Amino acid sequence: MEIKILGPGCAKCNKTADIVKAAVDESGVDAAIEKVTDMMTIAGYGVFGTPAVVVNGEVKCVGKVPSKDDVKKWIQ
Amino acid sequence: MKSVEQAIETKKFFLKISITGIVGIYLWWLLYGMLPQISSFLTYSLFQIDKDSHLGSAIEFFLYDTPKVMMLLGLVVFGVGIIRSFFTPERTRTVLSGKSEFVGNILAALLGVVTPFCSCSAVPLFIGFVTAGVPLGVTFSFLIAAPMVNEIALGLLYGLLGWKVAAIYMITGLLIAIGAGWALGRLHLERYIEDWVRQLNVAAQDVPEEQLTWPDRIRAGWDAVKEIIGRVWVYVILGIAVGAVIHGYVPEGFMASIMGKGSWWSVPLAVVMGIPMYSNAAGIIPVVEALLGKGAALGSVLAFMMSVIALSLPEMMILRKVLKPQLIAAFVGVVGSGILFVGYLFNLII
Repeated sequence: MEIKILGPGCAKCNKTADIVKAAVDESGVDAAIEKVTDMMTIAGYGVFGTPAVVVNGEVKCVGKVPSKDDVKKWIQ
Repeated sequence: MKSVEQAIETKKFFLKISITGIVGIYLWWLLYGMLPQISSFLTYSLFQIDKDSHLGSAIEFFLYDTPKVMMLLGLVVFGVGIIRSFFTPERTRTVLSGKSEFVGNILAALLGVVTPFCSCSAVPLFIGFVTAGVPLGVTFSFLIAAPMVNEIALGLLYGLLGWKVAAIYMITGLLIAIGAGWALGRLHLERYIEDWVRQLNVAAQDVPEEQLTWPDRIRAGWDAVKEIIGRVWVYVILGIAVGAVIHGYVPEGFMASIMGKGSWWSVPLAVVMGIPMYSNAAGIIPVVEALLGKGAALGSVLAFMMSVIALSLPEMMILRKVLKPQLIAAFVGVVGSGILFVGYLFNLII
């Protein structure tokens, strides 16, 4: 599984990355997490706000820090 | 059967939340009313500081202002957090695309206040708006209003300087956002958007909209309080500490010579000083309060504050990724003129 966290590196983006990592660890899913900080690439996903979370190419959440339970649902 | 159970659950929830709400607001109000006595008791009776000393005056100011500001900020942030749960950037964009320019500017400024927005997502938001056909000037109205007129600024101004100054700030902030956005739209600067943005051809992602229930919204308000107070309390305390020192030690009328209304250059100076300073409303407003108390003119102080918040170098560097230097210069010029106008206006009429 491929998870991308889109965001230029603001506090909320880092928090999102931590939550995603924790969710992946806890549910034991095999996933590669990548932080995308380049604005052009982020814009290419058509998202409006950061942080955004993309799981296997599908945008799951935009402009807010997701809860750990949300992330677990997406990666199951 | 399930829907009946759900209805009962919802009813129970509302009953619980109303009772907690009423008790909470009563306790809040009670404590708020007792703050002057508490701070004066702590300073003069418990710490035994001389009533006429500079130190006593500074400490009493600090012990009164800190809890007062935190309480008001918490209340305003909670309310705005609930209001914001009704808005998303996607919905705002849908409303704004296809609006005529002038009406669009007004709507954009108003939506800028209530749409959840973090300055770190200014760039994707800008791209999202422009590629969806929101006019450039309307997009700017949104981007000016969103950081300038926010719940933190309003909560603090209300707490420290009263509702009149908070209302003046909100109204003039909105007028600058509307006017500057409209003027930028009239200048037809579309060619100064970076080329890669204009060539970008992406369909907006359809992220499934969540259905929020009232419990969700109240939780959103509460989360906003935790998040914002957790983020700004240090700045508020530092700001109030600086303010307390000014309050206790700087002689009355001292600021009148520098930021008073007598000197024509005080407003432009305030704007220029504000640009390199990057602070949020939380840190700057307690200082502003103390400056006002020492004779600084309201217009100069408003101009300083707006410049610090709306014209910041880091934000311009973020926007540089999507805007060419000419457009950034136009942005600073137009917004700066608006702030100058507000500064002179209030120095003149108050």
